[in-house]
Amino acid sequence: MFGAGGGTSSYAEVEQADVILLWGSNAREAHPIFFHHVLKGLRNGARMYAIDPRRTSSAKFADRWLGLSVGTDIALANAMGREIIHAGLHDPDFIAHSTQGFEAYAAHVESYTLDWAAEQTGVPAEAIREMAHAYATAPKAQILWTLGITEHHNAVDNVVSLCNLALLTGHVGRWGSGLCPLRGQNNVQGGGDMGAIPNKFPGFQDVADDEVRAKFEAVYGTELNGVPGKHLTLMFEAMEAGELRACYVIGENPADSEADVEHARKLLAGLDILVVQDIFMTRTAEMADVVLPASVAWAESEGTVTSSERRVQRVRPAVPPPGQARHDIDIIGELARRLGVSWGHPSPEELWDEMRSLSPMHTGMSWERLEKSGGIQWPCVSEDDPGSEFLHGWLWADDLEGRDPAPFSVTHHAPPKERLSDEFPLRLTTGRALDSYNTGVQSGGYASPIRYGDALDINPADAAELGIADGERVLVSSPRGSVEMDVRLQPDIPAGLTFTTFHFPELVDANVLTNDEWDPRSGTAEFKAAAIRISKLEPEPAGA
Amino acid sequence: MTDTTITETAVTLTIDGQPVEVAEGSTIHSACVEAGIETPTLCWAENLTPVNVCRVCVVELEGSRALVPSCSRQAEEGMVVQTGTPRVRHSRRMVLEFLGSGVDLSQADDLHHWMKAYGADPDRYGDEDHPVERVEEPVKVQDELYIRDYSKCVLCYKCVEACGDDAQHTFAIAVAGRGFDARISTEFDVTLPDSACVYCGNCVGVCPTGALQFKTEYDLREVGEWRPEDQTVTRTVCSYCGVGCNLDLHVQDERIVKVTSPSDHSVTSGHLCIKGRFGWQYVHGE
Amino acid sequence: MTDIYLGADRATDAEAAAVDAALRSRGVDPVVRPETERLYTSGTARRRERRHFLLPALHALQNEAGWISPGGINYVAEVLDVPPAEAFGVATFYDLFRTEPPAHDGDTFHVCVDAACQIAGYDDLAASVRAAGGHVHLGPCLGQCERAPALFVQGAGGRPDHVPADDEPFELPQAGDESLRLLRRIGVADPESLESYLAHGGYRALRRAGEMGAEAVLEAVAASGLSGRGGAAFPTGVKWRAVAAETGRPKHVVANCDESEPGTFKDRIVMEQDPFAVIETMTIAGLATGAQNGWIYIRGEYPLATARLQGAIDAARAAGLLGKDAAGTGHDFDIAIWRGAGAYICGEETALFNSLEGFRGEPRNKPPFPTTHGLFGEPTAINNPETLLNVLDIILEGADAYRTRGTERSPGTKLLCLSGKVGRPGLYEVAFGTTLGDLLELAGGISGNGELQAVLMGGAAGSFVGPDSLGLPLTLEDTRAAGTTLGSGVVMAFDTSDDMTDVVVRIAEFFRNESCGQCVPCRVGAVRQHETLVQMQRRGSLSPARRALIDEMAEVMVDASICGLGHTAASAVRSALALGLIASAPSR
Repeated sequence: MFGAGGGTSSYAEVEQADVILLWGSNAREAHPIFFHHVLKGLRNGARMYAIDPRRTSSAKFADRWLGLSVGTDIALANAMGREIIHAGLHDPDFIAHSTQGFEAYAAHVESYTLDWAAEQTGVPAEAIREMAHAYATAPKAQILWTLGITEHHNAVDNVVSLCNLALLTGHVGRWGSGLCPLRGQNNVQGGGDMGAIPNKFPGFQDVADDEVRAKFEAVYGTELNGVPGKHLTLMFEAMEAGELRACYVIGENPADSEADVEHARKLLAGLDILVVQDIFMTRTAEMADVVLPASVAWAESEGTVTSSERRVQRVRPAVPPPGQARHDIDIIGELARRLGVSWGHPSPEELWDEMRSLSPMHTGMSWERLEKSGGIQWPCVSEDDPGSEFLHGWLWADDLEGRDPAPFSVTHHAPPKERLSDEFPLRLTTGRALDSYNTGVQSGGYASPIRYGDALDINPADAAELGIADGERVLVSSPRGSVEMDVRLQPDIPAGLTFTTFHFPELVDANVLTNDEWDPRSGTAEFKAAAIRISKLEPEPAGA
Repeated sequence: MTDTTITETAVTLTIDGQPVEVAEGSTIHSACVEAGIETPTLCWAENLTPVNVCRVCVVELEGSRALVPSCSRQAEEGMVVQTGTPRVRHSRRMVLEFLGSGVDLSQADDLHHWMKAYGADPDRYGDEDHPVERVEEPVKVQDELYIRDYSKCVLCYKCVEACGDDAQHTFAIAVAGRGFDARISTEFDVTLPDSACVYCGNCVGVCPTGALQFKTEYDLREVGEWRPEDQTVTRTVCSYCGVGCNLDLHVQDERIVKVTSPSDHSVTSGHLCIKGRFGWQYVHGE
Repeated sequence: MTDIYLGADRATDAEAAAVDAALRSRGVDPVVRPETERLYTSGTARRRERRHFLLPALHALQNEAGWISPGGINYVAEVLDVPPAEAFGVATFYDLFRTEPPAHDGDTFHVCVDAACQIAGYDDLAASVRAAGGHVHLGPCLGQCERAPALFVQGAGGRPDHVPADDEPFELPQAGDESLRLLRRIGVADPESLESYLAHGGYRALRRAGEMGAEAVLEAVAASGLSGRGGAAFPTGVKWRAVAAETGRPKHVVANCDESEPGTFKDRIVMEQDPFAVIETMTIAGLATGAQNGWIYIRGEYPLATARLQGAIDAARAAGLLGKDAAGTGHDFDIAIWRGAGAYICGEETALFNSLEGFRGEPRNKPPFPTTHGLFGEPTAINNPETLLNVLDIILEGADAYRTRGTERSPGTKLLCLSGKVGRPGLYEVAFGTTLGDLLELAGGISGNGELQAVLMGGAAGSFVGPDSLGLPLTLEDTRAAGTTLGSGVVMAFDTSDDMTDVVVRIAEFFRNESCGQCVPCRVGAVRQHETLVQMQRRGSLSPARRALIDEMAEVMVDASICGLGHTAASAVRSALALGLIASAPSR
């Protein structure tokens, strides 16, 4: 968003918001403690709109749930934008001073009428209007989203469509209002901050920028490649093209988690060499040529992680790693030594200090400060900087602190790549359950009393039409493959839509069904929108 | 920068003859803390709304006929408060004694010191021919994560608050019944797995008496292997979603035996979800 | 704002229909449905709008099925957005609600076991009901002490609740007495006819108040020295002015019609026999305080009073005396009735608010007070019917004339509930300052064996006085100086044949049963006090250590309980000990 990638607000601000748009996020289950902050906001009188194809457990807390059709987020956001402009509820001073491209945006959204959006999204026009007015007139408003926005073929367009709304109303860059993507993994924010993005060094510094590269080269003592690398989806394309023959996978389980997973497994199996560094013998590790047993990052080693509010916090070892497992730093250092470079045995603190000497937004975060505080939010540019509760305050500065005004983006409604058809008439979308996590390698380890397995949620009316009973085992097929699943009748899901979690790949290989159409800019696959069909299983022959 | 509409003004009150200045809106209890006066509490917790039901924190307030609960009563300019008068000591002693006479306080570690300090003698009620009514119920073990032992419950409402309005908003449990028969209960006392419970463990996290326990702790206690003196507590960050919840890992014999969260941390306020609270077993390869 | 999780149990059609009807009659659409398949309204606002319908919905379930079933709870939970565990917690709070399937199909016959009924032989009544095949439930005071032993029939299968004694014609002991003020219309005006009420001066006060304006009404009420008649004797003028001063939030007038103090039945008779006066004076309170919402919270054991009040509200509304621009005063005011369900504690004003709002009837800590944080956390004037009725004279004849009755510090008249061993038990009105002895004479003197042993003043929460107190002037100041109380106006006489140990042990049991359980001093203290007295009764004596323990327990209950229930739970016990009515009495 206008530069560095991170949520613009703090959790505490959500507690004081007047209006909350929870968009494509089931935070109640996927980010339960963040949702506690939302609940405090609701207790303090916030009005919440939940925008989600499913009436999720989060949506049940909302004043209004808007059950849009999968993949129509841009239609909805642009219609809100048009309505805000037409009702005169935008902030002309802020737009004039702090943004650019408004005229083009306004002209573009002119065709996104409420009635047209209602038709596209399935949500009544009056509700869209109400939400637009509530958001625009709120003193403090937050837009929160998760993978319902980003696991689409047009993920980036989805995100900037929401940013447009904040720019239109001035709901960004000041305390209480903001835009917050909720991170799905405990350090996905920190990974990006540290440069685990194909085109960035730590601190979101561009690898293609010669000056930046020179700075890093001076400290690293080696020449650095200025050509952006590949993100995961491109890597699989490169494997397919035969350009990528070796893969070193650290703490990821693509053989279960990729969309169109059977295809991904085929590609992984075809590599010359696959090295996996993990704490589990995952399905990917089972395919590997070499497995490097790692220690549990958060309970067996020193380090930091960064949360969705940009809070850098310390992790600490509580128990020793088992058997031959070693710390990630040791493994990587040892690997370097075998490749002929000696990095010595740097401590996590030494590595941190090197990093913060290079990344301005981390410079003020000494190990000691991190140790003593409950975490520090970046940017934190000096040791007397308390850190930043929110981002983009410069938008409200008289001189914009010398930056360019924030750009509006023109985005086009584009439905999911995979259209429904007579052959595959139902929409499948995916998500998390409260007690489980991703492919279940961690969360499978404890006895949850509320674990029900991966079932296919369908609307009772659809089930009745198909002659399917609650709990019946059925065959679910997409253009990519078929899996057997149990059906669960779920009145909170609209007709035509189905839903499943993907936590038990050994039982239900749900990602066999999902679509690997992906966003060229984010590299995220369209997990949220596949087309499927449900067939009854043939009854077993009597006496079998 | 925080919300600038809140301006802090100070009020000065007198506690045990000593002037104390606190921010407006502070409670008498926090003023006592400020003044270094130790005050027993049971139903109060910094991450919950005061319910002022246990009455063990009562103090004498000039001009008030009855004693007042320090945990919820806001400090006002010019208040004159006494915390050590015979009336205050008597009420505190009686409250502790009443509790001890009705429930099992053997694991309410925080109370033992106060019972001694106030000379509470819970055994002086009833006699052999006239035993007093006590709360006696079998331990509820209904799943692998919690146990509930209501014979240890002092009805402090903390679990209800944590399950409800103050944190989790699940409302799986509430106070049911009335008077001495009041109990914390699900609807119709259905088992927790059959209730709305989502196993965040926040009720267990706030329980002051061991009436609610993590199964790991209960099992170790049952075999006499729960040894808090041998445990280390390490603060780290949860390994699941990206919210960044702080965890305190309680480790005994190189094994995690319990997970809590610091109640003064801005992310969790001491509350966790099922994954953070229980999703650590994989560390031990199980 | 909840994560409603419902078990598998479903309501029967009859249960659902009963709930639906109860909600519809209060203007609530009971149907749970999305507005469209893609739009759904829920959330905090909806929850707040609906929660207070929980009590009426539970009443509907209880009345339909004879108990509150898991399916019924689930239905109500879904319709009203209330978590089932909370709804269960609320249901189990009240004596009139059962949460286990009844062992019988029929109605439940509630027989009172409290003092007046105790000495009148409630066990004979219970035996006769049982002999006739009725299911008996022994319970606390039913507010019919003047016709003890008392019976209340709780209907099931949709049959209405019923008090057999209500079928008898009503007669006021002081009928025809020209000096009556509050009771002057009783037995004269038809309680079911607005015309009759108007013909006897009804609604003159409201019209006059409308002409005077709110400020003048507040001044008159303050000048009159009127104080609350429920026991606490708080100045009504101060209360009303405090509510009037609050702005910017909805405001409420609540009539506390939950009189449950054993020995008290005054408000019941006022409501049954003069319901329009309650409605009119509430409307005046609304006008004076600027509140537009009137609420009557009436105990569940008063079906006739409930019906008469509802009739009065309906008639007043039809005549334009309630609703928009009520009676042409320019002030909007309307009234709704909420029924309690058997809980003494709900007479405590903040417990009443919680109960009405659909929560457990647990008192709130004060401050803040109801005048700023009352019903729904909003400014609220709460008064009982007797207090309200005084306002008629204050408006019509002025504060000075009002003050010609009673004493300087206790102006006006007082309703007194005479029961026990008196010649003509019933409701009396006398000017403050009348002596106890004169009052007992007015009620026909001591009956039974004719030898007065003690008088219970102010009910179970009050205290006993002995025959030497007959000269006590009945004023707030004199009773206080004598260490006793007028409380809610209970004057219950015992003759020397009455077993006071039985009476006192029952009073202790009453508090044990009625403690809400919220705070430790009362929850445990009331139990230990009762146990100690039972022990005394069995032994026939009380050791000095146990005698001291009673005082120690009393002290913590008085000092550290949240509300008046705990504060007064030891009062009658200690007075009985002090008077030598128990413990030192010869063992029987």
